[in-house]
Amino acid sequence: MADILRLEAVRKSYNVGMPIETEVLHGIDLALRAGEFAALIGPSGSGKSTLLHLIGLLERPTAGRILIAGREIDALDEAGMTELRGRTLGFVFQFHHLLPEFTALENVMMPALIDQGRATRAMRERARGLLAKVGLADALDKKPSALSGGMQQRVAIARALTMNPPLVLADEPTGNLDSHTADDIFALLREFNRAEGSAFLIVTHDARLAAGCDRRIELMDGQLLAATV
Amino acid sequence: MPFEWVLALRFLREGRMQTALIMAGTTVGVAVIIFITALMNGLQASLATRTLSTQAHVSVRAPDDAPTPVLERAGATSVVAHIEPRVQRLRSIDQWQRVTRELVALPHVVDVSPITTGSGFAFRGNASKSIALMGVIPERYDRIVKVSDKLTAGQFRVGPGEAVIGIELARDLGAAVGDRIRILSSENRDDVFRLTGLFDLGVKDLNRRWVIMPLRSAQSLLDLSGGVTHIDLTVDDIFAAEDVATRIVSQTGLTAESWMAINTQLLTAFKNQNMTTRTVRVFMLLIVALGIASVLVVSVVQKQREIGILRAMGASPRRIMRVFLIQGGIVGGSGALLGSGLATLMVYGASFALRQDDGSALISGRIEASYYLTAAAVAVLTGLLAAVAPARRAAKMDPVEAIRYG
Repeated sequence: MADILRLEAVRKSYNVGMPIETEVLHGIDLALRAGEFAALIGPSGSGKSTLLHLIGLLERPTAGRILIAGREIDALDEAGMTELRGRTLGFVFQFHHLLPEFTALENVMMPALIDQGRATRAMRERARGLLAKVGLADALDKKPSALSGGMQQRVAIARALTMNPPLVLADEPTGNLDSHTADDIFALLREFNRAEGSAFLIVTHDARLAAGCDRRIELMDGQLLAATV
Repeated sequence: MPFEWVLALRFLREGRMQTALIMAGTTVGVAVIIFITALMNGLQASLATRTLSTQAHVSVRAPDDAPTPVLERAGATSVVAHIEPRVQRLRSIDQWQRVTRELVALPHVVDVSPITTGSGFAFRGNASKSIALMGVIPERYDRIVKVSDKLTAGQFRVGPGEAVIGIELARDLGAAVGDRIRILSSENRDDVFRLTGLFDLGVKDLNRRWVIMPLRSAQSLLDLSGGVTHIDLTVDDIFAAEDVATRIVSQTGLTAESWMAINTQLLTAFKNQNMTTRTVRVFMLLIVALGIASVLVVSVVQKQREIGILRAMGASPRRIMRVFLIQGGIVGGSGALLGSGLATLMVYGASFALRQDDGSALISGRIEASYYLTAAAVAVLTGLLAAVAPARRAAKMDPVEAIRYG
C-alpha cells in the first residue's frame, strides 16, 4: 500500500538564529501507510505535539522533507497548505474545540462548509450520518454546551471525518475523559478506521490505549526509538 | 449563504450582550448624526426664510457705470492717471422685458418681479421724511416679499395714485389709511398718493422708508419712462441663490447679487454652524468606530481557539479576516437602519417641541432621503474600517498557539 505520510530527516528548532535556539526534533524518519492505525507515545516534552503540528501542516519543519498523500509540502505556499490540510487531514484535539455558537450538526458540517463555501443538502446528510454513527442521532441540534465531555469529543470525531480524510490526527483524544468514556471513544476511532479506511495517528499518554493500536511509535528526546519505527 | 456570512451572523447572534450594546451605540450615533444635520439645516432654513421675507433671493440690476479713459494707452508710453469713479446715475435695465423672460426660464428661479426704485421725500402737512420709492407690479412683488401678509391696516392694493407705506413712516407723517401724501422724487418731480394700506415688515428701517407704489408712477417720478432699475427674484433652494446669481451675471452681463452676498454676516454664521455640525459628526463617527473596533477586538480574543480550529480545518487567514470585516459591516449597516428610524422619531418629535414665536414649527418633521443614504453609506464604511484592525489580528492568529492552550 502507498504511504499516506512520509517524513525524511525532519528537524524542528524554535528561536532560530537566537542565542536560545532549541532543537526539539532531531531528524525524524517515519512512514505511515494508508489505513494504518498508529499510536505516537512518549513522555511529556519529547516533542510529540510539535511532531503532530508538523504533520498537521500547522507548522513548517526547519529541515527535512514531509510528504502527505504523495505531495511535498515544501513546494506548497500558505494557501496550498491550507487547502491540503482541509481536504486531507482530520483533527481531533484533547479539548474538543467545537464552535460553541453552532449546533452539533453544524459543527460536523463545518469542514465541508469551509471547503465548498456554502452548505448543501449532501453535506447535511453526511453530517447527520456521521453523528448517527457516533451515537448522537438525537443531539443534532444541541449546542456543545448542552453536551457532556464524552459527547463533545464524539462530535469532534465526527467532524474530523466529515471530509473523509485519508489521515486523521488525534492529540490526546481521551486526555480529559474518564476511563470508561475513553474506551468508548477509542473504540469509535477504531471503528471509523475500519469502516472509512482513514489512517489514524493518535498521540496518547495512555499505555492501555496505545496497546490497542496496530503500531506504536515512541518518541524520546526528539528522536524516534528505532525499535518502534 | 457563504461560509463567511454564516459565521459572521452566528458570531453576532450568539454574542448577545456585546452585539446588543454595540448595535445600540451605533444606532444612537447614527441617529444623533442624522438628527443634528436635520436640525441644523431646518434651523438655518427657517432663519434664512425669516431674513429673506423682506428680501429677494437674487437682485439683478444694470451694471455700474465705469469711467471711460480719456487717454488711450499707446505703445511703450507710460501714462500717469488719476481716475475718478463716476457718479452712478439711476439707470434702467436694458430690454428688461426680454431679460425678465430669460430669468424666468433659468433653473431654480421661481418668481420674478421688475422694480423701479429711487429716493425721494414724503410730505404731509409740515412733516417731511426721506423715503425710498418702490415702484412694483403688486401681484408679482407680493410673491417676493409677502406684503399682503404683513399689513396692519388697509389692503395691498396699489392702483394708479395709490400707495402703501410702513407703520413707522405713517406715524412720522401722522397719516392713516385713506390719507393723502405728497412724494417728491430725487429727479424733482412730485405726485400725490392716497394710502391704501400700512405694513409692518418687522424691520424698522424698511417700515420707515419704503413707499410701495405702482411701477408706472415710480417710472414717471424717477424719469425712467418704461424702465426698471431692478429685477428681484426668488429661487426654490435658497442656498442655490449664489449659483443662480453667478449664472445670471455670465448669461446677461448684468449685475446680480444673491442674498448671500448681501447678508455676508448671516452666511458666515451659517458657515460656522456648519463647521460645528461637521465637527460633532466626525467625533460621533469616531466614537462609533472605536466602539465597534473595541467590541470586535474583544471578540477576536475570545474566539482565539475557534479561529485556530477553523484554520486547522482549512479556512485561510483571508477568509477569517472576512468574517470579522463582515461583522463590522453588519453592525454599521444595522446601526444605520435602526439609527435612521430613531432619527425620524427624534426629528418628528422636535418638529412639535420646537416652536417659533408665532407658534409655527421651527423645523419641518421631514428628513431628506439623502441624509439616510449618506448616513447608511458612512455607517457601513465606518463599520468596515473599524473592523480592519481586529480582522487582521484574527487573520494573523497562529493556529498552533490557539489550539495548544486549550
